[in-house]
Parts: sequence; C-alpha cells; structure tokens
Amino acid sequence: MKNFLISALVFCLLTGCKAESGPKTLTIMAHDSFKVSDEVLAAFEEDNNVNVEILLSGDAGSMVNKAVLAKGAPLADILFGIDNTLLSRALDEGLFEAYESPLLADIPDSFELDPTYGALPVDYGDVCLNYEIAYFENNGLDVPGTLEDLLRPEYRGLLTVENPATSSPGLAFLFATIGHFGEDGYLDFWQGLVANQVSVVNDWETAYYTEFSQWGGPDPLVVSYGSSPPFEVIFAETPIDSPPTAAITSDGACFRQIEFAGILTGTNNRELAEAWIDFMLSTQFQEDIPLNMFVFPVNSRAALQPEFVQYLAVPENPVVLDPADIAANREDWIRAWTETVLR
Amino acid sequence: MNSLRKSFWGFAFAVPILFLALFYFYPLAGIFSISFSGAAGTTAWLRFAGSPGLWGVVGFTFWQATLSTLLTLVLGLPGAYLLSHYDFRGKTFFRALTAVPFVMPTLVVAAAFNALLGPTGWANTVLMDLFSLQTPPIAFVRTFSAILTAHVFYNLTIVLRLVGDFWGRLDPRLTQAARTLGASRWEAFLRITAPLLFPAVLAAALLVFIFDFSSFAVVLILGGPRFSTIETEIFYQATGLGDLPVAAVLSLIQLICTLVLTSIYARLSAKTARPLKQRAENRPLVRLPAPVSIRGFVHRLVIGTILLLTTLPLAALAARSIVNLSPERTRTGTLERGLTPVFYETLLESGATAGAGRAAAVSLGYAGTTVGLALLFGLPTAWVLARKKTSIYARWIDPLLMLPLGTSAVTLGLGFIVTLNRPPLDLRTSPFLVPLAHTLVAFPFVVRSMSPALASIQPRLRQAAALLGASPWQVVRMVDLPLVGRAAAVAAAFAFSISLGEFGATALVTRPEYQTIPTVIYRLLGRPGALNYGQALALSTILMLLTLIAMLVIERFRVEGGEF
Repeated sequence: MKNFLISALVFCLLTGCKAESGPKTLTIMAHDSFKVSDEVLAAFEEDNNVNVEILLSGDAGSMVNKAVLAKGAPLADILFGIDNTLLSRALDEGLFEAYESPLLADIPDSFELDPTYGALPVDYGDVCLNYEIAYFENNGLDVPGTLEDLLRPEYRGLLTVENPATSSPGLAFLFATIGHFGEDGYLDFWQGLVANQVSVVNDWETAYYTEFSQWGGPDPLVVSYGSSPPFEVIFAETPIDSPPTAAITSDGACFRQIEFAGILTGTNNRELAEAWIDFMLSTQFQEDIPLNMFVFPVNSRAALQPEFVQYLAVPENPVVLDPADIAANREDWIRAWTETVLR
Repeated sequence: MNSLRKSFWGFAFAVPILFLALFYFYPLAGIFSISFSGAAGTTAWLRFAGSPGLWGVVGFTFWQATLSTLLTLVLGLPGAYLLSHYDFRGKTFFRALTAVPFVMPTLVVAAAFNALLGPTGWANTVLMDLFSLQTPPIAFVRTFSAILTAHVFYNLTIVLRLVGDFWGRLDPRLTQAARTLGASRWEAFLRITAPLLFPAVLAAALLVFIFDFSSFAVVLILGGPRFSTIETEIFYQATGLGDLPVAAVLSLIQLICTLVLTSIYARLSAKTARPLKQRAENRPLVRLPAPVSIRGFVHRLVIGTILLLTTLPLAALAARSIVNLSPERTRTGTLERGLTPVFYETLLESGATAGAGRAAAVSLGYAGTTVGLALLFGLPTAWVLARKKTSIYARWIDPLLMLPLGTSAVTLGLGFIVTLNRPPLDLRTSPFLVPLAHTLVAFPFVVRSMSPALASIQPRLRQAAALLGASPWQVVRMVDLPLVGRAAAVAAAFAFSISLGEFGATALVTRPEYQTIPTVIYRLLGRPGALNYGQALALSTILMLLTLIAMLVIERFRVEGGEF
C-alpha cells in the first residue's frame, strides 16, 4: 500500500500540485486549427509581461461543448474560434463578457454579428465549390456557373460533397443551399443532386484527397474552400505559376464562415484578456493569420501575401445566415438532409 | 513477514481498482449525470426506443463486428499455428511487420487502400487497361467489404500474437503422447490441442470483437455516410445534432454489451483454463515443409495472404510518399509520375513542420511511459486474476477491466473535461493525461496476454518454493517472472503500439507542444496542397518504420527473455 501512496504522491507533485510563480498566465481556449507564429506570440507576452497558455480543445463544435460544460468555472480566459454556425448557442448560454474593442473601427460591419460585443470577429473563410481546371479543358466542358447548373445532365456523377453532420465544410455548403434556395427549396435541390449521382463522404480529407480528380480521384468538382486554389500554389510540390484548381464564387454558391473570439464569463484576468482581444484584432496578428490558420483577416488594414491577392477568389455575395436562425434549425436541417440524401 | 505478505496483496488488489475508479468510472459518472439531468435527459431512453433507425444501428454494429471477428480468426489462427510451429526465413521480420498496421492512423490507411483499390487505384487501372473496360471493375471504397477488410487488417496481429505465443508454449509431448497411443493427427488436435488452446483463442476473439464493435474511424472514413455503428452514431448525436442524452444512452448500451460479453468470456475461460506444464523456452521449431508438398503449399499460401494483406497497403503508402504527386500531364492526357525526395526534404527543413522531430520524440516518450504504467498496473492485476481465479474479486475485476475498450472515446473525453478539471486532479493540461488514457486501453491487453501464461503455471511450483521458505515476492521473482518473461514482452509490444498509433485520446491533449506523430499527420492532411499531403504520407511512412524498428527490438528482447 505504501508504494502506491508514494507513487500517487509523486504523480500529484508532477501534475496538479505545481506552485504558481513568475508572470501571470493568460489561457486561450482554441480549436485544433489555432496556430500563431512564435515571434508574434512572444511579442505579446513581452509587451504585457504575461505567459500565454494555449488550450487546444478539439474541433470548434467540441470546443463549444466543453466551454458550455465548464460554464461558471471557465477553462480559460479567452475562447477563440467559435464560428457563426455555433455562435448563437454560446451567446444564449452567456459564455462571453462584453468588450467593445477600439479596433472594431477597422473591421467592416458585415462581420460584426454580435451586437452585444460578447463575440468579436477575428477571421473569415468561404466554403465554395472547387474544380480541377484541366478536367474541364480536356473534356471541352463548361464550368458550372451556379448551383442550379449542377443539376444539368452533363455534370452527372462529377460532384463530391461532405456529410454536414460530420464535416464543417459539408455543413457550410448545406447552409449555402438553404440561403440560396430558401427553406422551402433546398431539399428539392438536394433531391436533384442525388438524382444526378452526387457522392457523399464523411470528411473533407476524403473528399479532397481521395475523390477530387486533382488528387487522383474520379470527381472534378468538390466542396472545399475559396482559399484552396492559392494554397495549391503556396504548397505546391514544385513551384508553379498558377493554381491547378479554381473556386466557383457566383452569388449564393459560397457560405461565409466567420470566426470570433470572446472573453469568457468569470475570468480573473479581465485586463489582460482585453489586451489579448485587441492584439488579435491588430494588424500584427491579423497578417499572421492566413499562413497559419488558412483563413483571412477581417481587419481591412491587414496586408495579404501576393499569392492571395492574385488567386484568392472572394465571392461578392456569399450566403450569410442569421446565427439565431442557424441555432434554431441546425439539427432539423441536418436531420432533413440525412433523410433526403442518405436514406 | 506477515505484514509484508499483507502489503503485497493490498498492493496487487488495490492498484487496478483505484486506477479504474479515478480515471474511468469517475469521469464516466460525471458525464452521464450531466447528460441525464433535465427534461431532455429523462426522455432520452424513450427517444431511443422509439427510433427504428437507432435499433438498426445496434444490429448493424453486432453484425459487422461478428463477421469481422470471424474473418480475423479464419486468417489469424492458421497464421498463429505457423508462427508457433515452424521456422522460416524472415520470420522475426514477418512477426514485426504484422504488428505495424495496428498503429497506423485510419485516414492514412484509407488513403493507402484507396491507392490500391479505389476507382483510380492501381488494381482498377490495371484491370481497365487489360480488358479495355470503361468503368472500374472493383468497387471497394465505401462498401461493407472495405469495413471488413480494414478490420482484419488492423486486428490480425492480436490473434497472431495472443494465440501464437500461447500455442508455442504448449508442451508438444501431450500431443506426441496422444499420437503414440494411436490418435490420428486430427484427433490429437481436437481432443488435446484445441481444448488447451481454447482460452487463448477466446481471449483474442473477445479483444478483436470489442475493437470491431466500438470501431469509429474505419466505419466513418472507409465505410462512408451510409454505414453507422454505435460509436459513429454517438459522434453524430453528440456533435452533429447536439443531443448529448441520446449519445449517453448509446454509450451506455455499448458499455452494457461489452460488460455482458466479457462476463460470458470470463465464465467460459474460467471453466476451460487448466494448469498445464508450461515451457519457458519455445517448442522446438521445424522448417516449413517443401513447397511442392500440399502442406508446404498451403503453409506458404497462408503466410503469403497475411503478407499481402498487411504489406500491400503499407507499401502503397510508402510508395506514394516518394512519388511525384503533381505529375505533368503529357499531351495524350496520361500522367507521368517520377520519384521525388521533396516531401522528406521539406519535412526536415521547413520551419513550419520542425515539429515533426519533436512529435516523434513526444510519441516515443508517451509510448515508453505507457509501457511502464501498463506493466506496473497490469502485472499485479494479471497475477491476482491468475492466482485467485475463483474469488469474487477476480470475477468482477476481469470484466471491469475490459470496459474502457468498449467505451465511446467521445463520451469518455467529455467526461474527463467535466471531472478531472480541479486541483488536485487538474489533468486538462497535464502531459500525463495521454499516457494515462493509453494505459487504460493497454491495460486489458497486458492482462490478457499475461494471465493465461500465469494461470497455467503449475501451483506446485509455487507451493514448493513457498515450502522452501520463499516470501511471496520471492515466489513471484523466482517462479512466475521467468515463466512469463515472454508474455510480458508481448504485453509490452501491445502497450507500445497502442500508444504510438492512438489518436482519439491524443486529440484531447490541449498543449500544442505535446503533439504526437498521429496528430501532426492529421493536421497536415487537413490542408490543401501537394506538399502538405505528401508530408503527411512521408510522416506516416516514418511512423511505420519507427513501429517496425520498435517491434524488432521487442522481438529480440522476447527471444532473449525466453532463455532464462
């Protein structure tokens, strides 16, 4: 028994019973895709004499689940990475303390979805159809211009989409069709896609790297991001001049995901938390976003890398749904989609 | 003397109980109590009972797990026979190789199967060229057979190791005696070998079944949206529909199934295990019969099939990591592929992925810690189970130990968040969370591979030692340990590979500086661009080689450990 007590004590010493000393610690709860350059983070830590701890907490959905479960005794001071599809749930649960950052002046109003200033926009990305340019050229086929075109016989069996219940771009694309065709029309559209032999997979990785013809799959059309083409240039195997893929950005064909950060209710570091929010909205952090997190700055003063300036297709009129609408209907929409497309 | 004996028993009994209570039952109770409180929680069972779709999910889960387990046994038992009876060139390598699939991340394995059998994979391309077909003849991706194949691919090593090791230690003189007394080869097998082997086969089958039963990524990625098991449905309910109560009902059902199965197993194996003469050294091995004989041919066919199944996907994967991914299209439209070292080069040099080396170090550190913890906690448990087989304690602890294997990772993960979040047990940011979670999974493997060996030690040996004045510790050290040295090596191999390849619990880890190889692979795969994809493949190949080397080292240790 003694042995076990000793090992338990050692274990406790190693983990829980750490004494706090030195600079204060600011904890940021973020989803798995969060990443910031070391020197940018170090600059913040130095300026504020603080030690920043990043708490990666699964994908955005799991992270919000965790934050809600830990309400009252927050796991962190800041939550970053909640997007407009999940925002309403967090606001209803009262996860955030209001903070009207002065830097909001540089951010277009269209990104500010929370009028109470609990959740502040940090970055955005568009989910759009991608196509392999060479496939359409070689087969003398026109690129579909709109979502409606996808129902035409020449595009039979050419499209792969992700399951909205298991994949975040899949869910965003479902929202795009709901925004475009309306709640009364979107299921008819999906029925048409099924009749036109759409393939459905559970995850973006399988869709993009297994089904998409660019990477050896059979389908030249896939649901991905508006940013995928410039990243094909940046992360090309050997340097290339222009992307082998492109995005379709006609009105209503893309859904815009906006990611927010907020100060978690009950934080003991309110002042530092405000400094962190200002830091995230500053050009220094904002310009660091694209190559680390593959999404784009909301601050209009932030400069972009040349590849993005040249190849990033930004839709003029992406679909944006009211977060409250999404919160109220999300499960029903997913259920209805499952019934229509998979059963 | 007396107090020493007491402390020994106390230690052996208390360790598994405390470990499970703290890191398993406490978090699980936490998440269940949250899920079932409130109006939505009280009606969850009704919602489940009234949904024919959910009953279908439970039925399908059993059906695919049964079929997968049978297929794994059909291929694994002949393989175990060959490994335990024959010597052939490259056998150590073969043994090590068959353990590699066990650690490979599912997304990568899916990519490998796709490169082989997908619509534009090698098999289909060759067949279409040969017979000038318009459409690919093999439909594999997102079919039921893809799920079954992947399950056999992953779990074959469990049967090969557990059964093969046990079979090798059966005293051949028993069957020789039967043959001398006039029994035919078949009779000797059916009347002598099969009954003696039964507990080990049962143990392996149960582990494989539970793995298949709670299979997640294979069903999600290789099966696609049209198939769902209880585990994928939990994920769908919890994250897709936000219905935690129904997810909790499903995890409870999964738990109960695991508990019932394990209890049946415990009862059966208690009835069938017999103390038998154990041999510390391997049975004398003979060379494979000549390939021209029918038996020689069948033997080679079995070895060949296992090799094909385990190495072809792995080889396809390794090949893809050194082949040009964005080939130039020639004027005729065909693709020209060439070799390229670019993915390994960039993996080594680029600042963004400098984490790869660190991830490898972290992975190995976790795996080493898991081996240590699993043996530390598992050995006393296996030992108690073997010595006090009939005690109430053993009857309860055995099925309980298996529970973590059949528990939804999604549910347990949420449980950790709501319970182990306050001092003195604030584990959310502790790097110890991962080896602890891995130990939870490795625990039953350690117990399973150790307790048949321990149970079959003749009690007379221990009694003789005790009679001669040995303390309980000395009995263990002088009698038990030498006889189970090799079983311990098998247990260590399992613990090591479980930890190295595990992704679910690792994803719970909240510190970016403690990324493991699998989490880095998933991160790379989640991004567009040839370089990211190629680096993911390259890193998977490195993981494969690391595993292979580790297994070869353990194999060496295994052989040496058997000498004393």
